[in-house]
Amino acid sequence: MSMLILAARRLASMILIMLVISVLLFMFFEGDKLNLAMRVLGQYSTMEGRLQWLQDNGYNRNILTRYLSWLYGFMTGDWKESAQFSAPVFDFLLPRLKNTAILGLCVFLLTVGISLVLGVLSGIAEASLRDRAITVLSVLTTSVPEFASATFLVAIFVYWLDWLPGSSSFSNGFAWNELVLPVAALVIYNFGYYTRMTRASMAEVMGSQYVRTAVLKGLPYGRVIMRHALRNALIAPFTVMILQLNYLLSGVVVTEVFFAYDGYGKALFDAAMFGDVYLILAGAMIAVVVAVLSQFISDIGYTFLNPRIRFT
Amino acid sequence: MTDVAASPPRASRLSKFLRAIGLLRESPIGVLGAFLVLFWVLVAIFADLLPLYDPLAQSAPDLLKPALSPAPDGGTYWLGTDDKGRDILSRLFYGSRLVLFWSGFATVVAYAVGMLMGVAAGYRGGWWDEIISFIGNVFLAFPQMVLYIVILSQLGSDSPVGQWLAAAGFTTVWVKGLTIVLAVMFATAPQVARIVRGIVLDLKTRDYVAAAEVRGESPLYIMIVELLPNARGPLIVDACLRLGYVTIAIAALGFLGLGLPPPDPDWGKMISEVRGFGAMAANAMIWPALAISTLVLGLNLLADGLREISLRD
Repeated sequence: MSMLILAARRLASMILIMLVISVLLFMFFEGDKLNLAMRVLGQYSTMEGRLQWLQDNGYNRNILTRYLSWLYGFMTGDWKESAQFSAPVFDFLLPRLKNTAILGLCVFLLTVGISLVLGVLSGIAEASLRDRAITVLSVLTTSVPEFASATFLVAIFVYWLDWLPGSSSFSNGFAWNELVLPVAALVIYNFGYYTRMTRASMAEVMGSQYVRTAVLKGLPYGRVIMRHALRNALIAPFTVMILQLNYLLSGVVVTEVFFAYDGYGKALFDAAMFGDVYLILAGAMIAVVVAVLSQFISDIGYTFLNPRIRFT
Repeated sequence: MTDVAASPPRASRLSKFLRAIGLLRESPIGVLGAFLVLFWVLVAIFADLLPLYDPLAQSAPDLLKPALSPAPDGGTYWLGTDDKGRDILSRLFYGSRLVLFWSGFATVVAYAVGMLMGVAAGYRGGWWDEIISFIGNVFLAFPQMVLYIVILSQLGSDSPVGQWLAAAGFTTVWVKGLTIVLAVMFATAPQVARIVRGIVLDLKTRDYVAAAEVRGESPLYIMIVELLPNARGPLIVDACLRLGYVTIAIAALGFLGLGLPPPDPDWGKMISEVRGFGAMAANAMIWPALAISTLVLGLNLLADGLREISLRD
C-alpha cells in the first residue's frame, strides 16, 4: 500500500518536473525562431520566406497557444514535426531510441558484470596485491572520459591494428563489430566507479560479525561468500547502478557523436544545435521519465534487497 | 581535522595549510595525484618561460607530423604537429591555461551557488527546502550533457545574453567562457546543493548553532559563519572530484564544438579538429586525450588521498 503512495508521489513530482522543463525549454527557444527558419530554408533565403515558413508551420502563434497545443499533442501521441528532419518527432525518435537502448543495454550489462566480479574479488581480499591492482585499474579508467578513451580505442583498433570500423553509423544495416568501440568506450569510463562501490561494500560485509561467525563455524569459504556475504554486499552497488542509468544517457551523447552512432544522444545533440524545439522537448521528456523511473526502480529494489528498510 | 581544540590555539592559516600538506604525505596515492595536478598547474603558469613554439603559428610544410619530427628551424616537434602544422606540445601546454582557468572558475561559481542553495535548504527547511530541492531536481532530471548543449547552443554570441556580455566589454573568448561557466553552474550547483543540504541537516542540531540562535544571530550569519565552515571536510574532497568532472565536461564541450572559439588550444577541440584526417591524425589525437586523462587522474587521486586522510582522524 505504502508502495503505491510512493509511486503516486513520484509520478506527481515527475509530471510537475516535466511541465516545468517543457515550459522552460519553450521559452528558451522562443527567441531563436527566426534562426530556426533560416537553418531550415538555408542561409540565402529571404526574410519574407522565413516569416512565411514560421507562419505556415504555426510557429507564429501566441506562445501560450503553441505550448498548450504541443502539450495536448504530446499527451495524445502527436509529438509535432521536427523542423530539421521534416518528419514526425515520434517516428523519427523511435528507431534512434531503439539504437540507444541496444547500446545502453550492452554497456549496462557489461559494466555490471565486470564491476561485480572485480569488486567482489577485490573486496574479499582487502589490501592484497589483487585488491591493489583492481583499485588502481578502476581509478585509472574512471579518469579517462568517454571521448578520450574513444580516441585511444580508435587510434589502436582502427588506425593501428585495423580490426574494427571507426564509425558506427550502421550504414549497411546493423553490425555487431560497429557496436564494439562505443560500448567499450562507455564501459571503460563507467565500470571503475561501480567496482569501487562493490569493493567497499563487500569489504565491509566481510568484516561483519555474521560472516566471521559463518567462517568460524566451519562453512566452506565459497559458500560463505555466495550465500551469506554477497546478498548484503550488493545492496549499495545495486542502488547506485540503477541510479546511474541517468548518467549513462548523458555519456551516450558524446560517445554517439564521436562514433556517428545514430541514437538518441546524437539526435538530441543535432536538435539542440539546430534549435529543433519539438525534438528537444520530446528528448527531454524521455530523459525525465528515465531519470524518475530509474530512481523509483532503485528505491523498490533497495527495499526488496534490504528487509530492514520499509516504506514509511 | 576534528581535533581543533587540541591544536595550538593560534595556529595561523599558513601553518594549518602546511600541516594539511604534511598530512597528505601519508597517502602515496594523494601525493601522486597532487604531483600530477601540480605538473599541469606549473606548466600553465610557466608556459611562457619554456622553450616552446608559438601555439598558434601555422606551418604549411609540417602538417600532421608524427612525434619527434624535426622542425624546419632545427628544433624538434616533440609531440608532432596538428592539421595546420602547429606544435602539439606547445598547444597542450598553453591549452592547460584555458582548461585549468575555466574549469576552476566554473567549479568555484557552481560551488558558491550550490553551497548557498544547500545551506539555505538545509537550515531553513520547510518551503525553502521544498522549492530549492524542486529547482535542483528540475535541473538534475536532465542528462547533464543535454543540459549543457541546450544552454550553450542557445547562448551563443548572437543571443541576447551573448550580446549583453559583448556590450559589457567582454571579448569573444570571455563571452563563450562565461556562458560555459553559466551552463556548468546550472548543471553542477544542484548536485553540490544536495550534498551540502545533507551535511547541514546533520550540523544544524549542534550546540554551537543553538548558541548562535540564542545570541540572536541572523539566519544568514548562522548559515555562512557557523554552518558552511564546519561542512568543509567532505566538501573539499567533493570539490576535487567535481573539478575533475567539470574539466571533463568542458573538454567534451570543446570536442562537440561548443567550447572556446578557435584558434585557442582547447584540449577537447584539439581532438575534434584533426579527427577528419583519419589514420594520419592518430598521433595528433592521442596527446590531448592523454593530457585530459592525466589531469583528471591527478584530481581523482588527490581526492582519494584527501578522503583517506580525513577518514583517518
